[in-house]
Amino acid sequence: MPVKLFYEALKDAMAEEMRRDPNVYVLGEDVGHYGGSYKATKDLYKEFGELRLLDTPICENAFTGLAVGSAMTGLRPIIEGMNMGFLLLAFNQIANNGGMLRYTSGGQFKIPMVVRGPGGVGKQLGAEHSQRLEGYFNNVPGLKIVHTSTVYNAKGLLKAAIRDDNPVMFFEHVLLYNLKEDIPEAEYLLPLDKAEMVKEGRDVTVLTYGRMRHHCSEALAELAARDIDVELIDLIALKPLDLETIGRSLKKTHRVVIVEEDMKSGGVGAEIVASIDEHYFDYLDAPVVRLASKDVPVPYNGRMEATVIPQPHDIVKAVEEMLALRV
Amino acid sequence: MVQQQLPPTRYHIDRPEALALYRDMVLGRTFEDTCAQMYYRGKMFGFVHLYNGQEAVSTGVIKALRPDDYVTSTYRDHVHALSKGVSARSVMAELFGKATGCSKGRGGSMHLFSAEHNLLGGFAFVAEGIPIATGAGFTAVYKGTDQVSACFFGDGATNNGQFFECLNMAALWNLPVLYVVENNLWSIGMYHHRASSVVEIYKKADAFGIPGVRVDGMDVLAVREVAKEAIERARAGGGPTLIECTTYRFRGHSLADPDELRDPAEKEFWRKQDPIPRLAAFIREQELATAEELKAIDQQIRAEIDDAVLFAEESPEPPLDELYRFQFAEDE
Repeated sequence: MPVKLFYEALKDAMAEEMRRDPNVYVLGEDVGHYGGSYKATKDLYKEFGELRLLDTPICENAFTGLAVGSAMTGLRPIIEGMNMGFLLLAFNQIANNGGMLRYTSGGQFKIPMVVRGPGGVGKQLGAEHSQRLEGYFNNVPGLKIVHTSTVYNAKGLLKAAIRDDNPVMFFEHVLLYNLKEDIPEAEYLLPLDKAEMVKEGRDVTVLTYGRMRHHCSEALAELAARDIDVELIDLIALKPLDLETIGRSLKKTHRVVIVEEDMKSGGVGAEIVASIDEHYFDYLDAPVVRLASKDVPVPYNGRMEATVIPQPHDIVKAVEEMLALRV
Repeated sequence: MVQQQLPPTRYHIDRPEALALYRDMVLGRTFEDTCAQMYYRGKMFGFVHLYNGQEAVSTGVIKALRPDDYVTSTYRDHVHALSKGVSARSVMAELFGKATGCSKGRGGSMHLFSAEHNLLGGFAFVAEGIPIATGAGFTAVYKGTDQVSACFFGDGATNNGQFFECLNMAALWNLPVLYVVENNLWSIGMYHHRASSVVEIYKKADAFGIPGVRVDGMDVLAVREVAKEAIERARAGGGPTLIECTTYRFRGHSLADPDELRDPAEKEFWRKQDPIPRLAAFIREQELATAEELKAIDQQIRAEIDDAVLFAEESPEPPLDELYRFQFAEDE
């Protein structure tokens, strides 16, 4: 199996889909000649030309709306948000038109559109370049929300997102672009509505997604050394949530810790806690614990920045505390 | 590139075409007057924005398009839908919130769609549909079709960022889009001259190096002439045109607006330019049809609208167990 970097897996996914379907095109700032700010579209314009690797002016809302209009009329746009935070400027077109227009048109139009790009807290990028948007978009009806975390799932999920006939918000993490992994040469797609069982365990279920999956894996290694057997689930699908997998796991462990990089208030974790309450409350032996970013703009200072997001030692501590309550 | 206001020349037009334009404007007017009645009778709800006074713009532009060309509209979208060929029945039923409506009762007055007619929607937020029309123009270039996209919006939208952003992209990529401004001078209660640093909207085309034209939006023949030229240019790969139609809405912003702010003298000034009697007078002067023939058209339209109301009234409500239907592509 070839070793691929995360950004290469994304590029391969787009290139394969563009070869397969002439209606697939990529648009965004610097996706063409420059090759994408994180190289995810590097050199693709040489194969596909400038129309299919469309370098847009800096006008997020308008080019996102252009993508919606093109999707309504038969194309399959992939929008790259140079930094996902910039897409706050496109919120109107993503929410009002991308998310709702199929419904308000009585099902007459499909919006097969992927909105992808780097987000999350990087290394001292400052508040505006450290956005986690999943909470904001979670509230919009009609969108699917997917978060990638590994090279393998980046490729399979992006291909599936491109083939999906709905608008898909596809979140990548700015610190994961240089991950390496052996991935299959043969084509594969992954479902957009399924969580991934990263590791089975019996004591506690840890639910996470995105870069936090890697923090959780670090914590798990430490916990395993202390004979604590954690079940780790990468949610991947944030909307719709894979409640079935979550439920199956907590019926086994009866304890849940949620680890997310989004802000605590109104974040995806809040939604998961509420859903667990609604569906599986009787199976819980302890209140669900939520580790999330602190509700502040991400500070520039490196030590302060690290304090904002959950760290592996926070996860270890939360799991241990939860198990200490075990009777 | 910018042309001055066109002189009030009279354009050559044959009888069938003249009557088609007349018919379309009367259809729009009668439909809207009926909407007002139905709204006050509690048959339709929410925000309903009528098009009275602006018919020459919809008719003049859309009737010059081909059926496979695209149209986007605003919250004042009923008449654009009708001109594009969506039936009065399905538009009225939509306003009544019925399952037979053109958006199956999910859209309402400001969200009229018809895939069959390439009507890409009414958009409730100001300037929101401009990028959508630009996207349809992009699809035409991408696929190499010669379809044109016409995008309607008001004077208020021309102070919004999306307007500038889209004109820039359309000019860059030669997109076949007609940006049609219905300059009726009022954004609810904000007078155009208080909102725009440059009140001559067509001059904004200069900033993008594209043709900008101002036309008397109360003269359907003048609008049609300007539209035909812009459509021809767009189809031939000559890119977008900004068309400013000077017009006026005869009623308030919406049926919820008592319209107390605007000066009665101003309203009277514009009412005298009503595009429907103007075309009727021209048709009679040119002896393209008699008064009786025009009256017969009025009556046919009246019957068509009465039928639409009956259809809307008798149509079923969308079933509640279909609340989630149409949200995702999987829900056919």
